[in-house]
Amino acid sequence: MNVLLVGEDALLVEVSSGDEAQALHAELLRRRAEGSLSAREIVPAARTVLLDGLDTPARLAAELTAADLPPAPPRAGHVVEIPVRYDGPDLADVAAHWGVPEHEVARIHGDTEFRVAFCGFAPGFGYLTGLPPRYDVPRRATPRTAVPAGSVALAGPYTGVYPRSSPGGWQLIGTTDAVLWDHARVPAALLSPGTRVRFVPEAGS
Amino acid sequence: MTDRALAVVRAGALTTVQDRGRPGHAHLGVPRSGALDRPAADLVNRLVGNPPETAVLETTLNGCAVRPRSTVTVAVAGAPCRVTVDGRPAAWGAPVRVPGGALLDVGPAVSGVRAYVGVSGGIAVEPVLGSRSTDLLSGLGPPPLADGTVLSLGRPAAVHARVDVAPQAAPPDELVLRVTLGPRDGWFTPEAVRTFVSRAYRVSSASNRIGLRTEGPALERARPGELPSEGMVLGAVQVPPDGRPVVFLADHPTTGGYPVIAVVRAADLPAAAQAAPGTPVRFVAVRRR
Repeated sequence: MNVLLVGEDALLVEVSSGDEAQALHAELLRRRAEGSLSAREIVPAARTVLLDGLDTPARLAAELTAADLPPAPPRAGHVVEIPVRYDGPDLADVAAHWGVPEHEVARIHGDTEFRVAFCGFAPGFGYLTGLPPRYDVPRRATPRTAVPAGSVALAGPYTGVYPRSSPGGWQLIGTTDAVLWDHARVPAALLSPGTRVRFVPEAGS
Repeated sequence: MTDRALAVVRAGALTTVQDRGRPGHAHLGVPRSGALDRPAADLVNRLVGNPPETAVLETTLNGCAVRPRSTVTVAVAGAPCRVTVDGRPAAWGAPVRVPGGALLDVGPAVSGVRAYVGVSGGIAVEPVLGSRSTDLLSGLGPPPLADGTVLSLGRPAAVHARVDVAPQAAPPDELVLRVTLGPRDGWFTPEAVRTFVSRAYRVSSASNRIGLRTEGPALERARPGELPSEGMVLGAVQVPPDGRPVVFLADHPTTGGYPVIAVVRAADLPAAAQAAPGTPVRFVAVRRR
């Protein structure tokens, strides 16, 4: 674990894998919940967790550097199910990358339990991990200027669902009617870091 | 709709509703947003007797004009500008009574960029995650003002402020931003780090509420390749592939993939909000306190 000072009141904690980042995030949330850590923002990302709004960042940095990270807690909580039609325009390209027939993409993707590693890019956009590394896919060479809301997409090791229409370079494999972000709902985000997710193929797709 | 409202007659180049933003939601991909020049937003609220978290208008370069439906107290501060009520000159940086139906015109910035218009009772649009701020990156909060928009106002405080006028810092002729290096200064050559904290940059016209973009010497990377996404703080100085530093302001993304060479002290960011395109910028390295 490598702890970097960020500005006056933030820390960036670097770990060596996405799984470690998720475990560290869970541990930091636990400490904040029990009152032993005070931080305005705890932001997990691919290999890091950012702690912002700290009173004594240098002291916490020393403490974290000396600490052993507990292993990731067992996967708790309910599983959010997202119904999908596997009808995306990049389904054939993804099938070719994976070396499987198109219908196998839906089966492999639908059989995987995902977990939200982190959020970003847009409110409610989660970076979901769970597919084995052999299913990594590159981003499209030319990003689309508008990806429709509800598109289920792949890039690198991640799966994501576009909460609203936006430009994007991910490979689109399907669509969902699930509402990823609704600020009138509590919570507004369907997915937050740590959430377990399953994609359920809709009948006929 | 009651008569506690403002009709927007001239929206200006970019006028948004802002308060103190929505910090604490970065893990959901939600930027903090909020007034870029917070001292100015706080001041106009104080001048009209509002609590500090009340929503105000933030204009960009050429002001705006509004017509309240009932008599209100307003105050304009931030970028110095000409203020008129029905064409007659009114005070800048002080409380002004605007009768119902009269036209309040906030003129173009004489210097600086962003003027703040506080109205007694505050702008009462629907809050999103506890804030009424317009967030231009993620589209949360009300859309930027358009001609003809009608904004509801809240109830004015029972007790009025007893401030008549208040001193304010002038917009900077040269923007000096104190920075602490890191967390990714090691991704740049030592020469690039020296260049960053010693050479002059200028504010680019591509600057907005997301970031203060700069023009100047490109910073050369020592490490090639991609940096995995990581969390970003307000004031982070990110360096995209063109090598020109971008200082992240209130609507900044919550994670990014380009190295952050340094972080600007929070106390210096209000001045960054008022630095017009072309203003010289110097980044000065300081030790952490």
